[in-house]
Amino acid sequence: MLVVKDLHVSVEGKEILKGLDLTINKGEVHAIMGPNGAGKSTLSSVIAGKDGYEVTAGTITYKGEDVLEMAVEERARAGLLLGFQYPVEIPGVKNVYLLKAALNAKREAEGLGEIPAPEFMKLIREKLAFMQMDASFLQRAVNEGFSGGEKKRNEILQMLVLEPKLVMLDEIDSGLDIDALKVVAKGVNSLRNEDRAVLMVTHYQRLLEHIVPDHIHVLIDGRIVKSGDKSLALELEAHGYDWLQEETA
Amino acid sequence: MTALATAPVPGSEAFTSEFAARKPRFSADPSWMAARRQAGIARFEALGLPTRKVEAWKYTDTQSLGRQAYQLADDATLSSAVMDELALAIDAYRLVFVDGLYNAELSDVAGLPDTVRVVPLSHAILHQPEVVGGSLNRLTGIDFTPFVALNSAFTEEGAVIQVGPRTVLDKPVYALFISRAAVDGQPVTMSHPRLLMQLGSRAEASVIEHHIGETGATNFTNLVAEVMLERGAVLNHYKLGEAATGETHIASVQVEQPRDSQYRSVNLNTGGGLVRNDIVCDLNGNNAHARLDGLFFGRDRQHVDTHTLVNHNEALTFSDENYKGILADRARGVFNGRVLVKRDSQKIEAHQNNANLLLSDRAEINTKPELEIYADDVKCSHGTTTGQLDEGAVFALRARGIDEQTARGLLTLAFANEVMTGLGIDAIAERIERSVAGRLPSRFHLDELVDLSVELAGGTVAVARDEDFA
Repeated sequence: MLVVKDLHVSVEGKEILKGLDLTINKGEVHAIMGPNGAGKSTLSSVIAGKDGYEVTAGTITYKGEDVLEMAVEERARAGLLLGFQYPVEIPGVKNVYLLKAALNAKREAEGLGEIPAPEFMKLIREKLAFMQMDASFLQRAVNEGFSGGEKKRNEILQMLVLEPKLVMLDEIDSGLDIDALKVVAKGVNSLRNEDRAVLMVTHYQRLLEHIVPDHIHVLIDGRIVKSGDKSLALELEAHGYDWLQEETA
Repeated sequence: MTALATAPVPGSEAFTSEFAARKPRFSADPSWMAARRQAGIARFEALGLPTRKVEAWKYTDTQSLGRQAYQLADDATLSSAVMDELALAIDAYRLVFVDGLYNAELSDVAGLPDTVRVVPLSHAILHQPEVVGGSLNRLTGIDFTPFVALNSAFTEEGAVIQVGPRTVLDKPVYALFISRAAVDGQPVTMSHPRLLMQLGSRAEASVIEHHIGETGATNFTNLVAEVMLERGAVLNHYKLGEAATGETHIASVQVEQPRDSQYRSVNLNTGGGLVRNDIVCDLNGNNAHARLDGLFFGRDRQHVDTHTLVNHNEALTFSDENYKGILADRARGVFNGRVLVKRDSQKIEAHQNNANLLLSDRAEINTKPELEIYADDVKCSHGTTTGQLDEGAVFALRARGIDEQTARGLLTLAFANEVMTGLGIDAIAERIERSVAGRLPSRFHLDELVDLSVELAGGTVAVARDEDFA
């Protein structure tokens, strides 16, 4: 589904990713872990198309298409969706506006017509209830004045409505207490199926107890230095990243 | 020397020659009206069009108005189909003016309460001089600006709105001014309408002043409004500026507010090539409130200038002002908000804010708050901001699949919507929303979204608030 080859990325002239390789097949859940500053967030940001990242070498292909040639919105419509670590507040733009506009943009890209209003209502009510969110969220401006937990739940709500093919989650667990984390994890787990893949970036093993990955990759200094199954997380929890850093040095 | 002294001020001949040519038109004037007309034209001749050397006109050049020929319209013919296309769909007492002249067929004030008078000015001048003779020009005089003098010379039509004491008007009064498309080779059509609004004690009313032009209109409209409130009166004055881009619109509003009166001005402008609005509120009694809200949206080469002045002439008076500007392309905006607090006007509150959004590098805003405070126990604040769309927000929307154009449209609309909140008349809010959202692709279906969010608000969805997780 997604193939990243020898990816080199610089931010303001400083090389952050230094030859990263990663292949994600449909149905798989991948977690990327690593110390601060290793480049974890950079990877998902580059895939989503965020400004300020310069790809100096390497390729990203999604279902055979060159992702780096696609506009930000094209990537999203194709099914590459990033849940932000720090969701942006958008004063004055109601959540319902965003959801409707985004869903219709995706449907148009897929050659479907606009979603009929009653169908949209039904869908949105169902997803809200699933995320244990009040309908009043829809009337509020996107993320404005939301607590940390509300913002993250809102990111997942958008995922549930837009049904991406590759769900990317950048530190979705940061700032969440355990109950909010459970709701977020429930949302993400509900998206798991044989056609969809998940790529999550996290500092903590805690998240992986709730969203159990198939593959774990350790990113240190811009490269994946070790990959393994979910047991790798426990090893990291016990020993930290130092032993891997020494191994790769 | 003599020649210089008697020569008209450059730019005024265009108007004075039309005035001389139109003498017969004003022959039915009662003598008091004729005298005011003469005083007006004499004053204008002496003043001429304002130059940019005058501080109040520093950013708005009106000299070009003196370089074209003018005519007053001779008829007010307009089909009701055209009116329906341009008018707000709203249940109101309606007076319609076409190129400045009253159109009785298109107007409808049926069902007005006995205590309320809504008549065209021409009617009042001829048949009810006692109604307008004393009040016309009482607030503006003839030299508030050269344009007021010019209006005094030429005025012949407008709306006289009088609401008796303790009358709460059930529907808004809708004064609709339509400019017809210009005819090639003809001089520019000009009009000098008047609005006279008088509310008795504890009366309440809403007045919608709507200026709209057919595509291709090039009118010069020069309006003067006078608002006289009595104790405890409440007036909501909406002004919707949708002139065609070839039109010039200049207006001044003077408001007199005694004790316990409330005046709210909602000044929304999306049209016109050159637009200038002056709004002056005199707060003359305890607990008088003035609330001035505005939105101007300019694109191409539109020039929109708003000057407001609030005089806190008495203690315990209150003013709130909130203006937003959105400027695209090479549009220019001017906002000058002046608040004057007289000595001994203690315990007043005056708050003012002007936020502007520039959508292009070549758009321009000149904004200046002016606070002059001669009392020592007051609460005043002012703030201006000018910025561009938040690129982080643009990205956040695009990252959900929304194309860039729609994302920018959504954010622009969001910026404007703050003024629209609590507007009170949905048809106006909707008109402005559509006008601002004009750049959104049609598939966006704003109205459907609004309906949807309303329905959802009343909907029943399983609820669990965030607090439950704390």
